[in-house]
Amino acid sequence: MSSQHHDPANVTNPEHAEHRIVQPGTYIAVYVTLLIFTGVTVAAAFIDLHIFNPIIAVAIACIKAVIVILFFMHVIFQTKLIKLTVAAGFFTFLILIFMTLTDYMSRAWGLW
Amino acid sequence: MDNTIVATHHDTHAEEHHHISLPQHRHHFETEEQQREAGSFGMWLFLLTEIMFFGGLFFAYLLYRNWYNPAFVAGSNQLSIPLGTVNTAVLITSGFFMALGVWAAEVRKKGLLVLFLLLTILTGLVFLGVKYVEYSEKFEKHHVPGASFDISEFVNPPVNPKTGKLTEEPLSPDMAQKTQIFFSLYFAMTGMHALHMIIGIVLLCWLTWRAQRGDFSSGYVAPIENFGLYWHFVDIVWIFLFPLLYLINRHPGA
Repeated sequence: MSSQHHDPANVTNPEHAEHRIVQPGTYIAVYVTLLIFTGVTVAAAFIDLHIFNPIIAVAIACIKAVIVILFFMHVIFQTKLIKLTVAAGFFTFLILIFMTLTDYMSRAWGLW
Repeated sequence: MDNTIVATHHDTHAEEHHHISLPQHRHHFETEEQQREAGSFGMWLFLLTEIMFFGGLFFAYLLYRNWYNPAFVAGSNQLSIPLGTVNTAVLITSGFFMALGVWAAEVRKKGLLVLFLLLTILTGLVFLGVKYVEYSEKFEKHHVPGASFDISEFVNPPVNPKTGKLTEEPLSPDMAQKTQIFFSLYFAMTGMHALHMIIGIVLLCWLTWRAQRGDFSSGYVAPIENFGLYWHFVDIVWIFLFPLLYLINRHPGA
């Protein structure tokens, strides 16, 4: 915050959070975590778990994506506006997938 | 102080005028934080359209994988897990350097920023190089969808010399044709991803040139930060592509 006396509109608005610089240590921890999960997902692919193989693969991918979004993309340090925007986007995407799937699955009921 | 209407501009004009030319605080924003947030907000809205765009491809993949699962299994087994894994690690490394680049811009270290941007470019090019090797193998084996597509390897899979068994479940000619759908999606999805990387690398070269000029070493980090969001988004797409395309079914029993 450059000055206390300036800023007629935003000092009273708590939404404009103090900017935070993410330190390299955080990035290194995230990087190592992502590499470990990459190894885990490859290893899990070689174990026969039947229908759980794709579920685990997608679950690990989701975990990795969330880690990237929260830390590499700084969403965890952002204001509520940005958090809500990101969440709303993914939520809308899931609705699209879900609604379309209900259509496809009910048309070929029992054949999939 | 909360909720009070502050209507005093009188003693701030002088300061406002010397702020006016800063790129991180243009005159139509009240504060630097407001400008930064508006920029991030806009960038995220763009990325959400990108999510919908790739989401359509992922949905097509989901449906066809369920309909023609044997063809998708056989097609997936044609992809190289070592190359895919290495490329995943390369791309995560690229994202890591990009994140460090944002940090270097924030703490105003010009040399480090240029270095990290160059490393991001380099790892991005390595990724595309590996992709080129993978693509050319598909062309050699006639596994590119189209008139010259060759289903023979899926109808008559080769025998593994060690075990004496077939390396793959043989598919009926009908189902073997459906591997073209797998490879169509493979090329569409990885190709779109690669196109995003090529665009990203072009932008990175421009940003590196500007960083070298000193544009981002005096508190103005928005272009670096927002490009970082784009680059990490491309990472995320690959994080999903890799398991879905490469790791469908590795039949450990065979």
